[in-house]
Amino acid sequence: MANALSRALDSDLWYSFSRSPVTVVSAVVALVCIMGAVLAPWIAPHNPFDLASLNLMDAFNPPAWTEEGNASFLLGTDDQGRDVLSAIMYGARVSLIVGLSAVVFSTVVGVGLGLLAGYLGGTVDAVLMRVADIQLTFPSILVALLIDGIVRAALPPEAHEAIALYVVVFAIGVSNWPQFARTVRGSTLVERNKEYVLAARVIGLSKLRIMLTHVLPNVLGPVLVIATLNLGFAILAEATLSFLGVGVPPTQPSLGTLIRIGNDFLFSGEWWITLFPGIALVALVLSVNLLGDWLRDALNPRLR
Amino acid sequence: MPAFILSRLLQAIPVLLVVALISFAMFAYVGDPVAIMLGQDFTEAQRQALVASLGLDQPFFVQFFKFVVNAAQGEFGLSYRLSRPVAELIAERAPATLELAFVAAAIAMLVGVPMGVYTGLYRNSWLSRFFLTFSLIGVSLPTFLIGILLILVFSVLLGWLPSYGRGEVVQLGWWSTGLLTADGWRALILPAITLGLFQLTLIMRLVRAEMLEVLRTDYIKFARARGLPDRSVHFGHALKNTLVPVITIAGLQLGSIIAFAIVTETVFQWPGMGLLFIQSVGSADIPVMAAYLMLTALIFVVINLVVDILYYIVDPRLRAGRGGH
Repeated sequence: MANALSRALDSDLWYSFSRSPVTVVSAVVALVCIMGAVLAPWIAPHNPFDLASLNLMDAFNPPAWTEEGNASFLLGTDDQGRDVLSAIMYGARVSLIVGLSAVVFSTVVGVGLGLLAGYLGGTVDAVLMRVADIQLTFPSILVALLIDGIVRAALPPEAHEAIALYVVVFAIGVSNWPQFARTVRGSTLVERNKEYVLAARVIGLSKLRIMLTHVLPNVLGPVLVIATLNLGFAILAEATLSFLGVGVPPTQPSLGTLIRIGNDFLFSGEWWITLFPGIALVALVLSVNLLGDWLRDALNPRLR
Repeated sequence: MPAFILSRLLQAIPVLLVVALISFAMFAYVGDPVAIMLGQDFTEAQRQALVASLGLDQPFFVQFFKFVVNAAQGEFGLSYRLSRPVAELIAERAPATLELAFVAAAIAMLVGVPMGVYTGLYRNSWLSRFFLTFSLIGVSLPTFLIGILLILVFSVLLGWLPSYGRGEVVQLGWWSTGLLTADGWRALILPAITLGLFQLTLIMRLVRAEMLEVLRTDYIKFARARGLPDRSVHFGHALKNTLVPVITIAGLQLGSIIAFAIVTETVFQWPGMGLLFIQSVGSADIPVMAAYLMLTALIFVVINLVVDILYYIVDPRLRAGRGGH
């Protein structure tokens, strides 16, 4: 254990990490956001979904440091008397779950189709890459919005409410697979002509087996970087959809939903209901993006 | 050259057909128009007559063909939500979106290019560092948050600018414009900045990177050695050669301006096509969604085509690479 730790501390990756103050700060910020979200049920000061503990008398409390603030609600309360800080922690949970699932979804789909296109070539390759090209013509947020809209139109409202979370994950995931597919296809084209693949073909392994056990491990390097950079995008896409009112259901508010709700109170001067979830969202996305940038540079041997 | 444009056109047609197929599938398989039109009491004969009169008993491809022919004429039927012709609704909303997108793109170009040139020329000055930090914020802030922050500062706290709507508009035939009144311009400022900020930072970073690249080349050194004034070297030689990628990216970004107009219009309750679309998504108004989908697809395909052609005109190497005419 201690051996593994000392080896990790001795690696190139750790060296470039510790030498970049911006990266260290973003890692700390990302960690704080993620821990706050993951541990929300245990460390949040209030439970914003426990209707019994809500009191309308607590509604519209400004943040604790202002004159009319209440010390038990650090960042103030919203129109229902919910603690804004706790709502942010629970909301970040939803944002992170949706963001991570969407990235996993587009990684699996994109890597799978990219492998197929690159290894099989021919018609499969031509069709898949043409579809990817067409989809890349449209901004991914528009694609996600359309998929969400079509599913919404296809299902009755009650059925939609139940699976809304999955629909959002699907919509964001689908909107982003071409990036993965293109990268994986490119590296697969290089790998398929290498000798170890030829050797595997000579001993008669099936195409599927070669793709999954031989080519796949060798094309995953860049995928990790794209996935990290995509996490920030996916969280933002979810927030945008929820802000537009077509994302996650209002019963499970994410950071985007909180911002949308708070937006209604901006004009009456209750700025904290929308501003703090906004700051949390930006801190999370910015730190994840900066970490992704660093990872990209650190793993790129040409930049060393 | 005509062969090149023709092949691009031929590539665009399948894209439009696929989008048309998606739109048509929404009509065909989502919801039941017959049930909606018949109401409660009906006989089987009445139902059959309606199905026949709507052409719903015909084969899939005949129906699809009719849909495409109607769509090409701008005929998308009635909005489920507003019970008005979709074409009329979109024509009413289009000027608002187009004016917003145009002003946003203009801001992005007119501010982004000079900022990029400045940061490329004086890369270590404090103003350059400020611009770069500012651009990082512009890239990381989601569009809707920028809008909310601008409303908070300029409408709620300072009370200088309106936070929703288009202000006073003037009708020029069917086109309603907010560009002819001071009130219309005041209403346009915040949404246009919100929409243009991301493109602005993108263009600035792009111009900066290209300037840094170009300033290292031999012909710039040669131009300096000839004793040309800085102004002529910077703008006549350097900037001119950075513009090819800038035109491409800016052109392609027009598409994302239209996509993000949906968000901006929601924040500012701007009565454009994006707001219409998002309201339609919320209430499953399929005719409007289908029409919007087809229209944006058309706009995107045209933009891509124009960018390709521009590229071809601007970059002589592309012409030589294709084996001449």
